[in-house]
Amino acid sequence: MSKSPAKPVALLPLAPPPSLWRLFLAFFIMGGTSLGGGVIAYLRTGLVVHYRWLDDEHFVELMAISQSLPGLNATNMSILAGDRLRGWPGALVAGLGMCLPGASIMTAAAFAYGIGGDDPASKAFLRAIAAGAVGLVSVVLVQLGAKMLTEFADYIFVALTAGLVAFLHVPVPVAMIGVGALAIWWHRPRKAGPGKVAEPPGKAPAP
Amino acid sequence: MKQFAELAGVFGYLSLLTVGGGMAAFPELKQLTVETYHWVTFPELMHYYSLGQLAPGPNMMMVASIGAQVAGLPGAAVVLVAFILPTGLLTFGIGRLWNRLANWPWRPAVQRGIGSVAVGLVLAGGIVLARGALIGPFYIVLAVVVFLLLIRTRINPAIPIVLSGALGLGVYFFS
Repeated sequence: MSKSPAKPVALLPLAPPPSLWRLFLAFFIMGGTSLGGGVIAYLRTGLVVHYRWLDDEHFVELMAISQSLPGLNATNMSILAGDRLRGWPGALVAGLGMCLPGASIMTAAAFAYGIGGDDPASKAFLRAIAAGAVGLVSVVLVQLGAKMLTEFADYIFVALTAGLVAFLHVPVPVAMIGVGALAIWWHRPRKAGPGKVAEPPGKAPAP
Repeated sequence: MKQFAELAGVFGYLSLLTVGGGMAAFPELKQLTVETYHWVTFPELMHYYSLGQLAPGPNMMMVASIGAQVAGLPGAAVVLVAFILPTGLLTFGIGRLWNRLANWPWRPAVQRGIGSVAVGLVLAGGIVLARGALIGPFYIVLAVVVFLLLIRTRINPAIPIVLSGALGLGVYFFS
């Protein structure tokens, strides 16, 4: 890869941006087939490998934005990729296509639940999948943690946030802004060069 | 009419809390839908959440179920728009600003700070869910087995979840 242009050149040329209808269809299919979470992996396979609408560099960049903003990652990714490809109408159809299949299924699930949710057999099924979902959330947590937490202080921010919300029932926005401000300040940009690294202790208790 | 306004308000607010994933909003989702508004019971909420893990697409489309249970199809539509539109517009706007933010010296600090808080919120959501779902040794074992399977292998997460449900059914029928 040459270094002269700002961005490395992709080995394969990107495909031209699709029509709005094609874009909607592609996201609708990805939104309808990405069973079991991990939509981001389906999106990468679709957008980067299969359709070649984005290169990996752009994909990772969009992913970073999606994850630091509120909103569901898969929805955010679809909106950003759609905007990149076809401007705001692209963002609209990509976001819609991604959400429609799952939303329709879950709306139907509510009606099915109203009919059969009280049956003891479905209760047994639903209770057991709730336990399975706890296992899944724990995996997501470990993976998210491995990616996001780089130093000891980060674990303290995690414990502080979770403790405030889950045990002390502090409203989420309060915990988010309070601990968030503390964590951002902790990682604040510093002038390069020798300087004292000593951090004021803040108010973080031991985890 | 008031009910639709409440649904829109609650889910618009919840959407702003989904940093790092839908699970981050779970404690507040429970607080508002179960305790404040009594739209669903806690078991119902957990059931919808777990069913949502089996549905394709973004992982919190289960909010549509709550909307549908409260006010039918219009309820589902109101909840979805409220849950997706505000953060969607925010993402769209920030996405266009991103290049200018690239050289902002505080950006890495903000990203790392938000990262820790996001993991903490997902952990809090997991704790709230676990307190409701792990109601006996059988369920604890299920959760641990699913965790180990998913962390050790690369199978589709829907598979162990469906299998847990099948096991739950099996235990129900044979006991």
